[in-house]
Amino acid sequence: MITVDTVTVGYGTTAFVKAVDAVTLTINDNEILGIAGESGSGKSTLMRAIYGDFSTGLRIAGGTVTGRFEDERTGVVTEAQSRDFGKLWWDQISYIPQGSMSVLNPLMRVEKQVVDGLPKREREGDRAALRARIAKFLEGFGLHESVLDAYPHQLSGGMRQRVLVAIAAFVNPRLILADEPTTALDVVVQKKILLMMVEIQRRLRNSLVLVSHDLGVHYQITDRLAVMHRGKIVEMGPTAEIFANPKHEYTQTLIASLPRIDGERREARA
Amino acid sequence: MRLLRYIAGRLVVYLLVVVFGLTVLFFVPRLGPTDPIEAMLAKVASQGAYMDASQVDRLRESLADTFGLSGTLLEQYWAFIKRILLTGDFGPSLSMYPTPVMELIMNALPWTFGLLLTSTLIAWVLGNFVGLLSGWKPEGTSSRVMEGIAICLYPIPYYILALVLSILFSYVWKIFPLTTTIRGAPWSWDLVTSILWNSFLPGASIVIVVFGWWVISVKAQTTAIKEEEFVRYARLKGLGDGRILTHYVLPNAILPQITFLALQIGLMFNGSLITEILFDYPGLGLLIYSAVLQGDFNLLMGTISLSVIAVATATMVIDLIYPLIDPRIRHR
Amino acid sequence: MRFLKFFENAPFRLYLGIALVALFVLVGVILPWFAPSDPLTWYTAPRNQNPSATYLLGTTSLGQDIFWLLTWALRNSLILGLTVAFFSTVIGVFLGLAAGYAGGWVDRVLSFLMDALLCIPTLPILILMAALFGGQLALPIIGIALALFNWPYPARQVRAVALTMREREFINVAWFSGESSVRILVRHIFPYIAGWSAANFINTVLVGISTESALAVIGLSSAQQATLGTMIYWAINYQALLAERYIWVGAPVVAIVLMFIGLFLVSSGLSMQSAARRMSV
Repeated sequence: MITVDTVTVGYGTTAFVKAVDAVTLTINDNEILGIAGESGSGKSTLMRAIYGDFSTGLRIAGGTVTGRFEDERTGVVTEAQSRDFGKLWWDQISYIPQGSMSVLNPLMRVEKQVVDGLPKREREGDRAALRARIAKFLEGFGLHESVLDAYPHQLSGGMRQRVLVAIAAFVNPRLILADEPTTALDVVVQKKILLMMVEIQRRLRNSLVLVSHDLGVHYQITDRLAVMHRGKIVEMGPTAEIFANPKHEYTQTLIASLPRIDGERREARA
Repeated sequence: MRLLRYIAGRLVVYLLVVVFGLTVLFFVPRLGPTDPIEAMLAKVASQGAYMDASQVDRLRESLADTFGLSGTLLEQYWAFIKRILLTGDFGPSLSMYPTPVMELIMNALPWTFGLLLTSTLIAWVLGNFVGLLSGWKPEGTSSRVMEGIAICLYPIPYYILALVLSILFSYVWKIFPLTTTIRGAPWSWDLVTSILWNSFLPGASIVIVVFGWWVISVKAQTTAIKEEEFVRYARLKGLGDGRILTHYVLPNAILPQITFLALQIGLMFNGSLITEILFDYPGLGLLIYSAVLQGDFNLLMGTISLSVIAVATATMVIDLIYPLIDPRIRHR
Repeated sequence: MRFLKFFENAPFRLYLGIALVALFVLVGVILPWFAPSDPLTWYTAPRNQNPSATYLLGTTSLGQDIFWLLTWALRNSLILGLTVAFFSTVIGVFLGLAAGYAGGWVDRVLSFLMDALLCIPTLPILILMAALFGGQLALPIIGIALALFNWPYPARQVRAVALTMREREFINVAWFSGESSVRILVRHIFPYIAGWSAANFINTVLVGISTESALAVIGLSSAQQATLGTMIYWAINYQALLAERYIWVGAPVVAIVLMFIGLFLVSSGLSMQSAARRMSV
């Protein structure tokens, strides 16, 4: 569970530029939280603050981001501030980037890129056994073992994105943050990947935060939705409710600007 | 299949380049105001070598043969190309008669290649190391200082640096030998140390300049690659700086250097020739120089043809290696 | 004023380089006119003088004033470098544009020629020429030969730019609005390659001077003219080192090093600036 308490985040030390303005929000265990908003709304900055990625001059000017992670296998509970989350990366917390052409090292085979960054507990045992486990894991998402021997340029955009989701999920993290994971993919592939993420979340019973400007994506899989506008959360609640009855003017325009959504919203969990 | 086609295509281009280079060599003597054969005979005579009339005639014939001056121009050209490409025969050396030119070249080549290869390799490793570190933190003081040094070193021609080094370390402080004299029984420890000792200054002059270049180029590469998404992703996976540098930045910074190397080989070769002459280093450069001084035109044609072929070959080898290293070309 | 705009926010190294090069151009172009006598002539000054107010850098063992000799050497080296660079750039830009713009077999033939010339080492060919043409090469011949061997560098770059330009939207617009090919070249493509060509030009000046000096250091360049290289050759040949007259050798060496650093700073500064500006377009 992550508690974001009136947090203000921005860039620069001398001239501070505010990107997220006094945001309060809770990410519960076993839920998919969506963060929506257009580019420049502060959603990516908020995500970085939650992930604990304080490079390139990003810093928290006020408030706290606190995480409490309970490892189901060991029962160990870890509590930390987000600036210390670095130690938990690819252990309790993992991240799914947008699967652009250059997100994977072009000169490294996929297998090595999956293994790189795995925590010690996953790396124990011999290479062949580890490879077999990874292969089996990938197979669960319709990725053939040969993908492991491929170089990134040999994968299609959809395959690359599925690999990224699988890499993030393989470590059994308590929190997964996904940054525009389906942008730039066609609708059919997009749907496959969203389903894959839902399936993973349901199996791990962890928290999945999905950052996307695409309200259609949120409609399909998120449980709760936070809509950001100019650094603030202007509306937050169960996704279905927000779509049925948007309260804030900004949310209303966003939803009105969507192409007509026909069909049932997929209920991810019973 | 695609790879095979690439290799075949590259080999054809290589052959064409070699033929083109030899064509240039073929026409150079014919552009001159003087008849190279008579000029050469005069030079040999002025060296004080006594020859009777029949020897002079034989020499003239041999020279006409070397330059392919018998028959029509087309026949001459064809004979010239065929002789070099198919038999590698440049005739006997005139100053060290009757040792075949090819034998002299074969004795000199290991020195040139040894010197160039070793010093380029040392410079490459050092340059990558320093360039990588200073590109990783480009704003740091040591990084700026290193780049400043590199910028001051790189534009200096090898032979100038060679001159400066020999003035400093052979004249002013008499540490290293002024000219090369290799001593020691074959395969002995003495021989090895003698070679290393004598190669130190010529090697250093190449290492320092080439080092300057790699630092500049690797630093620029590293600064750019550092901003790539895959580096950010690796960092967000929790990988340490060391692993990111060696496994993510370094390989991507090294690859483009290879094409650059292919372009630079000719210039590096030029530089090493003069360095060898300045240090009396027994390589191809010194051989060319002694051929010029002694008017040994067979040796001159031979060494220069071989220089052209060697540089073209090295360029081709690098071109062929590139796709083997870059998976984006290897696995398409 | 578009020319001046290019230098807005230019990197520091560009200014430093321009200052260094300007200094040498000044010394090499203006000062030689004020030489009290032909510094090449022997015994116009007392021999083996140390630096003094009259002989700024001292004199050689042949009774030449080293300072004035240096200005003359600098002038000849600069003239050679500039001439080589001028002709290489003209030929290179012209043939590079032709290759990139015409495409087809013209491109194939020209590209082969460029690649082939690039992997032929220049210096051995020059040595061969020197040996065949009587032991030494006159500066104009060296200049012609160097121009013939160096045009592929600018040509390759211009060709690459011309190729990408051909695909650019605004070229198509110009094309379809009926502008002539020549006009398109001059108005739209040339401004893009100007920065790169300038960088290349400076670089070729450096390569030209460097190659002639290499030839001169081993005594195969002109003996009638002073250049930076021949100055070094004379100094070594007349045993300046054994006599410990280091300024005689040192002066041309320091001049070459400083001038080359300046030229390199200008050329790399120009290409940095071109790259930065191409991004912003």
